[in-house]
Parts: sequence; structure tokens; C-alpha cells
Amino acid sequence: MCLAIPGKIVGAYERHGLPMARVQFGGLTREACLSYVPQAGVGDYVLVHVGFALSRVDEAEAERTYRLLQEMDQLGELEAPVVREREGEG
Amino acid sequence: MEELTSLLQASCPAPRPERERIVLGHGAGGKLTAQLLEELFLPAFRNPALEQRGDQAVVGWPGGGRLALSTDSFVVTPIFFPGGDIGSLAVHGTVNDLAMGGARPLWLTAAFILEEGLAQEELRRVVGSMAEAARAAGVEIVTGDTKVVNRGKGDGVFITTAGVGWVPAGVELGPERVRPGDQILLSGTVGDHGLAILSQREGLGFEEAIVSDSAALGPLVEAMLEAGGGGVRCLRDPTRGGVATALCELAERAGVGMRVEQEAIPVREAVASACELLGIDPLFAANEGKLVAVVAAEAAERVLAAMRRQRLGAEGRRIGEVVEGRAGLVTLGTGLGGTRVLDRPWHEPLPRIC
Amino acid sequence: MKYLDEYRDPRLAATLLEAIGRAQTRPWVIMEVCGGQTHSIVKHGLDQLLPAGIELVHGPGCPVCVTSLEMMDKAHAIARRPEVIFCSFGDMLRVPGSGGDLFGLRAQGADVRIVYSPLDCLALARQHPEREVVFFAIGFETTAPANAMLVERAQREGLGNVSVLVSHVLVPPAMANILQSPANRVQAFLGPGHVCAVMGYREYEPIAARFRVPIVIAGFEPLDLLEATLRAVRQLEAGQAQVDNAYARILGREGNPAARALVQRVFETCDRKWRGVGEIAQSGYRLRGEYRAHDAERKFEVAAIATREPEVCISGQILTGIQKPQDCPAFGGACTPLHPLGATMVSAEGACAAYYAYGRHLPAAAGRPAESGGRSADEGPWGPPVGAR
Repeated sequence: MCLAIPGKIVGAYERHGLPMARVQFGGLTREACLSYVPQAGVGDYVLVHVGFALSRVDEAEAERTYRLLQEMDQLGELEAPVVREREGEG
Repeated sequence: MEELTSLLQASCPAPRPERERIVLGHGAGGKLTAQLLEELFLPAFRNPALEQRGDQAVVGWPGGGRLALSTDSFVVTPIFFPGGDIGSLAVHGTVNDLAMGGARPLWLTAAFILEEGLAQEELRRVVGSMAEAARAAGVEIVTGDTKVVNRGKGDGVFITTAGVGWVPAGVELGPERVRPGDQILLSGTVGDHGLAILSQREGLGFEEAIVSDSAALGPLVEAMLEAGGGGVRCLRDPTRGGVATALCELAERAGVGMRVEQEAIPVREAVASACELLGIDPLFAANEGKLVAVVAAEAAERVLAAMRRQRLGAEGRRIGEVVEGRAGLVTLGTGLGGTRVLDRPWHEPLPRIC
Repeated sequence: MKYLDEYRDPRLAATLLEAIGRAQTRPWVIMEVCGGQTHSIVKHGLDQLLPAGIELVHGPGCPVCVTSLEMMDKAHAIARRPEVIFCSFGDMLRVPGSGGDLFGLRAQGADVRIVYSPLDCLALARQHPEREVVFFAIGFETTAPANAMLVERAQREGLGNVSVLVSHVLVPPAMANILQSPANRVQAFLGPGHVCAVMGYREYEPIAARFRVPIVIAGFEPLDLLEATLRAVRQLEAGQAQVDNAYARILGREGNPAARALVQRVFETCDRKWRGVGEIAQSGYRLRGEYRAHDAERKFEVAAIATREPEVCISGQILTGIQKPQDCPAFGGACTPLHPLGATMVSAEGACAAYYAYGRHLPAAAGRPAESGGRSADEGPWGPPVGAR
């Protein structure tokens, strides 16, 4: 249902009329379909499920919330993270 | 506990479907394979050597001394894969089984079952590869057999190798020697072979090839025995079913528990990535050039050092230890400090989506 | 791997666990919806690391395990046909129908193939115009866009030899089904992060409101699950019942509109049977009429196959945490991992399969130094929680 992994787009092309990409996951590269995330390009990270990119990783958001977590760790204190609405894809 | 036991033994009104056919799981090296051994082969062939249930049998030679015997069949598809082929695998697999018993491998036999229509060129490649592997492992293939079956009745080529080796005096390896407090060593990265085969066979579309670790472990074992002597209790090569299965089997045979740490078990980056993508646990994926060693605590350090000085043990690690407790219970400490119980799988790992 | 490994950081996990411990003043029952989340929890040992008062109930497993016996029988009937190349995700191959599984059929000569992506079926169809390529289109909403694309492409390219056997299941009706049960104990949910990457999380808002349960959309890595649990606990402690997005780096409220659009063009909702649970209204997808040429159920005339689930199975109650595996009369006897009756035994992470595998080791505290004897009521199958740091 939900096995989806983030990978980095290292190449983009078209095949049989579909926008495709070469996506790199750690030490491996595999093809994925970009039809659902057409705005993603080389260098972007996308979430891939059964050979389809479903979402582009919001790197700024990832960094922000991860930093909050690290700060929580340093302070040893609870901080209620601010939940910010994100625009939908597409 | 009693409650649970009685539940498991309770008869049930609902009809139990009988398993009438052999399924692929019976060859996967996990629970089904074990069932076949316990319920069919052992009762039929019963003898003390077989009861040891080892990958090799050490038997007394009437004139004095001990021989090790082993046999293995190789049915891998595809027959060529990055890092080897069915031929080199056939040599390494049997040679390693002998080495796990502390034996110096000497001679192999090789029986071929060829499918009608197999390209001679492919067979030439396989045989050449076997010859090279045998030479490098210091064994001779001294006799063999060839059969051909009708097209459709065999997957290209099946190879069965049997091996004979000599066990030097004083070398005693076996699960019965394992004690709580013994250390568990692993010679290198896990999952390479299993993922190499799976990605090639199912055409999973990775650009990079994952390479099998197929290799002969004789020299590695010799170096370890030389360093550790009687401190080396037992060796196992984690083939089908992976490291998890090897540990579970060993723990059960030895009547001990084991505790290993996830963070200590090395995995190559490409293999780790493939496992993430496919939802496969590398602990259950096959290896063909690795070993697990149970070593007395006082000898562990120097055996590990000797291991790491060998090419095939360069990434060796201490991964855990033998503990008191329920026979066969193998627990894994996760990277987060949690605990997980490792159990023998029923089947070979397959890609999943959920 | 970036955006994966850092979410397994043990120190940050400890921080979150501590925060959960401090936030919690009473026991709470939380359900994680996805099988993948359950898998991650078990793999990392998270459920033992959580404070003793937080009980995690594993959700409806996964689309593989809840595929009805009837649908498996239809799949087998189609796969047996000599002209068919039957393609499936790997984990479906071991799910048993009334007479064995797809792997077994392969052993008997059926052409059954594992594919990683539904698109691989298009390539097969082009390569083998003389064969019928059938794809077993299962999944939650996460997989629907991929399956929809297969159908849409097949239609567009005029690949008449491609068809799909559809057995999609939907999460919101399943959640409502669990919550509607009078014996329900689940007080909050860790929502399905990748389902919501496609669908967004609008449809969970009425559920949260109607049943007064917090639903925190969660990812799959330990830090994601722990962060979501923390937010759920905070809401529970404060008496709140909101939908909260704890996976914002991947999704927003609208999910992926392009993906949803194609899904809605190709599929329509329908009633669906869930293995061991029964029929849940409007909880599945089927192909719309315009795509009937690619509907394997019609093409191979298997619509008439109707199989009854074994009545003894109590998967439904186990899934909702109302009963335990050992409450079932079939557990360990007629129902084992080798011949499972319901979803909770089919899935390796299902409560019944897990209990079957590990239960024999009870009590599993052996091997740790100086453990106090006796098991408390909320010990899992492998002994007491190691304890939050």
C-alpha cells in the first residue's frame, strides 16, 4: 500500500509519450514516471511508489521541522511545532 | 505459557486444508524446508550423522581420522549473474559447506542435468567458470555425470556437487560446543547474493548491477582456526534464509539464545537501497561468500583480527553474543534501542508494496 | 539515503519518546492504519519503546492481506488460463485462495510474473501481442494512480490484450467501520501518509469530527511515527479531535490533484469485501464503464465466482483491538501462517501471524540480565517494553 521511498531525479526524458525520470536511491538508480509530478526536475527529490513519483519532497519544510526536532533535543524541552498549511501539488 | 501450548494443540472443528504438493517454499531454506527434513527425510534415512542436521557430515574413517562429506544442488535462475554463475556457485557452495565443518575441501563430484535446447556456448561458460573456481579453491572435480531432460523439464541447467574433505585432528566444530557468553562474528556484508539474483531474475530495472558475493571460504576458515584453535566453537554459512535463519538454526541446535545488534550488521549501500525499494529485509536474503562464527569470549578478539586480515573477512564484525534463555530465541537490538525477535521465515523474501 | 536515514536517528527518537512520556498522563489506545507503518514499528521495536500507557493497535494491515478470498479465487481462475500472462506485485503471490496461492499455480505451469511497476505490463503486452496480459490491480489509494495510468495508457494505445483485475480498497470507510463498532477502543489514529500524498486529508476531517478522534497524518520512518504519536497524545490529553499533518514534507491538504483526477476518471467507488472482516460499503474502486474493455473480471467471466469467508475467523475484531489472537478458536489449528483464514494471519505483521511466530517464546524476557519475574498485562509477545529512556 504504502512502500514509497524518496529518491533524487538525476535525468528526465520521455518514453511512449510519458514523462519519465532516472531516480537515484542511495546506491541505486531506477526509472520512474513523472506524470503526476510534472513540475519536478533534475535535482529534486520525489517520493516514488511502484515506479511512479507521487510527490515532490518539500526540502525547506523538511529542514525546518528537522531543525525543530534537533532544537527540542538540545533544549531537552517540549516545543509545540507550528503546523503550516502547504499548497497542494500541481 | 501452558495456556498457549494447549491452544496450539487444540483440535479444531474447521477442516484443515492438506498440503499435497511441494511448493517453492520447501526449497527456500526456512521453516518449510525444515519441515520436509524432519517429517520425511530424517525418519526415512535415520542415522547418527544425519541427525546432526549439519550442512556437512563429519564421519570417522575406518582407518583413523575424519572425513567431511557434503552435497548441494544448484538450480539458480538466471544461470549467469553479476559476481558469478551457477558453475562457480556450485563449487563455492559445497566447498563452503565442508569448510564450515572445519574440513579442508579436497575433491568434488559434479552431476549435470541439462535441458534439451541449452546453448552449448552457455554450458561452456558455466564449465569454464567451475574449473576456475575449483582451481582457486584448491579442489579437484574428480568424477561426474551428465543427463539431459526434455525441453521444458529443466531450467537450462541444474548442477549437483558433492564434496569430500579432511578434518584435521583436534578440529571440533559444532553447535554442541556453543556456550552462553560466546561471541558471534560475521565475516562481512549481508544480502548481496540474494538481491543480486532477485533483481536480475525479476528484471526489477535497476541501472546498477548488484553483485553476488559468491566465493570459497576455505582460506578464511583456516586463518580463523589457526588464530582461535579450540576457541572457535561453530561455523555456519548463511545461505538461503539469510543470517537470521542461520542464527535461529544454530541457536536451536545449540539449545541457547542469542542476542545480536542491527547496527553491527554491515550492508552494502546498493543492497540497502534495493531492500528499501522492495521492502525486503537483508537479514533474510541469501549470502554465498560469508560466514557466521561462534567463538569463545577469550578468543574472539584474535579470531576477529585474523578474519579481518583475510580479503573475504575484511569487513568482519562482532555482531552479538550467545545468551542464556529459551533455546532458539534470537533477539535483535534495533538501532533505536528496541528489540525484535528474529524467526525463521517460511519462504524466500519477495518484493512487497505495503 | 537522504530523507530516509535521518528519520531513524536514535537520539532524536529518544527525545521524542521522552516528550511523549511527559505529555502523557493517562493510558491511550492509538491505531496506525498502514501495514507499512506497522512493519516499521515492529522492525524498529517502537511499540516496546513507547511509554507503557500507550497501546498501539495495528490497523487493517495492508491491501494484500485484506484482499478477499473470493478475489483470490478469481485471480487464480484467470492465471490458470494458458493464454494469460498474470502479473502481480510480489507480496500477492503467497496469499492463499481456496486452493493454494499464485506461487503454487506457477509451480503447476501458469505464467505468473512479479512486476515492480504496473507500467511493466504495458511493455509485456507490446512484446507479446498474442497473449493476454492481466494485472492484479490491488492497493489502497496510494497505488490507484499507478494502476489508473496502466489502464488509461492501454486504452489510449489500443492495447486490447491488457486488462486489470481490480481489488482496490479505501482507507476512510475502513476507519469509519472500525470507529462505528460499539466495542471500539481506538481513541486516535496515525493516518496513512502515502495514501494522503495522493488523496490529501480532507476526507478525514468529517471522521475526526463525527467520532471525536484525533487523526495525525504520519509518515513511515521512526521519527515520523513518533512525532505523529506525540501530536496524537497531545491532542488526546487536551481533548481535541483534529486532523493534523505530521508529514508536511511530503503532502498538503489537497494531496496530488493530478493523480486524483486520473484515478477518478478511471475508477469509481463500489462496495468491497475485506478478508476476515466482511463487506464494507463504498470501500473499494472498480473500473468505470468506459474502460470495460480492460476489465479482467468481465473479459474472463469470473464475476460469477463467489466464495464465502470462513465464519470462524475473527480478524475484524482483532483488527479493532477488541479481541486477541488467542481468543479465536481457529488460531494455531485451522488457521496458521501456512494456511491463514483472515487478514491478520495472512500479513506477516498481522496480530495473529506475529503472535503465532513469537508467542512460543513467551515469556521472552529471558536473555536480559536481572529482569524481574512475572508479566504485566500489557506486555507484548516479546516481553516487557525495554522502557522509554
